[in-house]
Amino acid sequence: MESVLPAVQGFMYPNEMELQWSVLIVLYPFVTGLVAGAFILASLERVFNVDAVKPTYRLALLTALAFLLVAPLPLQLHLGHPERSLEMYLTPHTESAMAMFGFVYLWYLMVVLVLEIWLDYRKEIVHTWRESSGPKRWLYGAMALWSDNIGPEALALDDRIGRTLTVIGIPSAFLLHGYVGFIFGSVKANPWWSTPLMPIVFLFSAIVSGIAAVMLVYMVTAWWRQRRIDMECLDTVGRYLFYAFVIDFSLEMLDLIHRIYEADESFRALDFMVRTQLYTSQIVVQIILGTLVPLGMLASVQLFRLSAQARRWVYGTAGTLTLIGIFAMRWNVVIGGQLFSKSFLGYTTYKMEWATREGALPAVLLLILPLVILAALIRLLPPWEAQQRGEGASM
Amino acid sequence: MNPERREFLLSTGKLLVLSATASMAWEAMVAGQPETAPNYTMTDHWWGMVVDIEACIGCGNCVRACKEENDVPRLPQYFRTWVERYRVKPDDLEHPVVDSPNGGYDGFPAQEKVDPDAKHYFVPKLCNHCAHSPCVQVCPVGATFESPDGVVLVDQSYCLGCRYCVQACPYGTRFIDPRTETVDKCTLCYHRITKGLTTACCETCPTGARQLGDLKDKKDPIHQFLREHHVLVLKPQMATGSKVYYNGMDGSVR
Repeated sequence: MESVLPAVQGFMYPNEMELQWSVLIVLYPFVTGLVAGAFILASLERVFNVDAVKPTYRLALLTALAFLLVAPLPLQLHLGHPERSLEMYLTPHTESAMAMFGFVYLWYLMVVLVLEIWLDYRKEIVHTWRESSGPKRWLYGAMALWSDNIGPEALALDDRIGRTLTVIGIPSAFLLHGYVGFIFGSVKANPWWSTPLMPIVFLFSAIVSGIAAVMLVYMVTAWWRQRRIDMECLDTVGRYLFYAFVIDFSLEMLDLIHRIYEADESFRALDFMVRTQLYTSQIVVQIILGTLVPLGMLASVQLFRLSAQARRWVYGTAGTLTLIGIFAMRWNVVIGGQLFSKSFLGYTTYKMEWATREGALPAVLLLILPLVILAALIRLLPPWEAQQRGEGASM
Repeated sequence: MNPERREFLLSTGKLLVLSATASMAWEAMVAGQPETAPNYTMTDHWWGMVVDIEACIGCGNCVRACKEENDVPRLPQYFRTWVERYRVKPDDLEHPVVDSPNGGYDGFPAQEKVDPDAKHYFVPKLCNHCAHSPCVQVCPVGATFESPDGVVLVDQSYCLGCRYCVQACPYGTRFIDPRTETVDKCTLCYHRITKGLTTACCETCPTGARQLGDLKDKKDPIHQFLREHHVLVLKPQMATGSKVYYNGMDGSVR
């Protein structure tokens, strides 16, 4: 065994020197956040009948699915014994917040997302099944579960069930990400994590990141297909992003002000950490570049009359910065929460490895993978044809 | 298919499915069970420890004995027990200067600056075997558990290596053993105490600063000690039901 000790400042309990949760655990809340946020954007159209965001409805659902399929992978890679992960389903410890992940995940994946997408696409799936031949015919037949009843009554029933599912889906999306926040927020040993605000902050930052991601995916796919961007849609999505961001930022500031004002036993240690090791990722990247700048840009669209071209630039830049900022927020929570000693007397460092199991390379690959899955899903279930035929997505 | 063969395949299939289910059920039942020892009834005991800070001389015997007895990796970031050295200004309890070179395994080098106005003392640390353990609460599969005799143990054959328990322990007593990729921690030398012996750290302590105690045994001297001394537990605000009692500890220890 080789001993490579991280640089430690002050005093840490000896077992604390090594960080337990790596960049992969940063990805986990980031990716599930995108899922929850994308789904909530889709639900807006469906439940609240916001017609303007219709062009993003199916795209948002597929984005949510693509990221949800990847969500458990960083966890799986991180486990010391991934082959035992099934035990979480077979013999879950019901008091453990983490044990519930499998069930929340499966519920969300199978009951909410897959079912809703299936019901929404059933008509097109059956059409493609009828019109194609060979393996493609077999594939779409299987996807339709070999049921080709798309009479008006059946479709009306689909729509009713789909609407109910969306209504169930919204609290489920809240559950999925609020739950991820709870995993951190309920650790009383760690003052950086332990706050009842954590699930709510996670939820709103999830909504922010999901909306930003769908907005960018919509812009990129429109550019790729050389279609005009529906500016009314983009403006509406941008407005939602702005509103969600204002709430998210207020909550985070509330947390910060509360900590500063209360200044409990952990405050000095955490304050020092934010001013030194976390300065770049927290103050510069998360708060200034990833929050204040995009918020200001999005506000400028609300305040000034900008040309369509300028607005597209604003949305593209603000969306990208938002995603970077939310990623930094996850980083600061997960990594930041492990940099200080629970004795409040010292600090350790995190040096990201490169091509190891928990290094930067697998993390980058895990961030690219959902985009590949999304491209495949878009090929399999084209989200835009229905709109071109003038048939609204929600019918 | 001929009927006999069909019959054979059917019954073999059933047997396979049933035995797999049974073994899974068995595994679920035995997970989270401490090892048994002859003449030892778990429910007759409730283990804890007394650490007398005033008696600890920081020799590091306990750290060495523990690593030896329990095959703990000999690296400076893996300890089931370790010793910390405190230097505290009596009027500034909030800012102690603490060190623990190699966990106290090699003893402590003399301090460069000896502050005549400061208090100096050693604090041995170990798992507090909490009665309401935050680590046990968070384990997703129940691989870590509180035994009926009050010892927090880990079933290494069941641990996923998710490290949630390491995060949840307020005292930093858990680590991931790099050889098994599972969590490890003080077992209160369970293999010894169930055979009537004391722990390796208590056994080797030259000053008796560490005393294992059975809180259910009325005749155990631990009761008298707890009665006659002002003891504290670490981080009482965590409300973990810690069963390691420190004598002579002040508010600077964390």
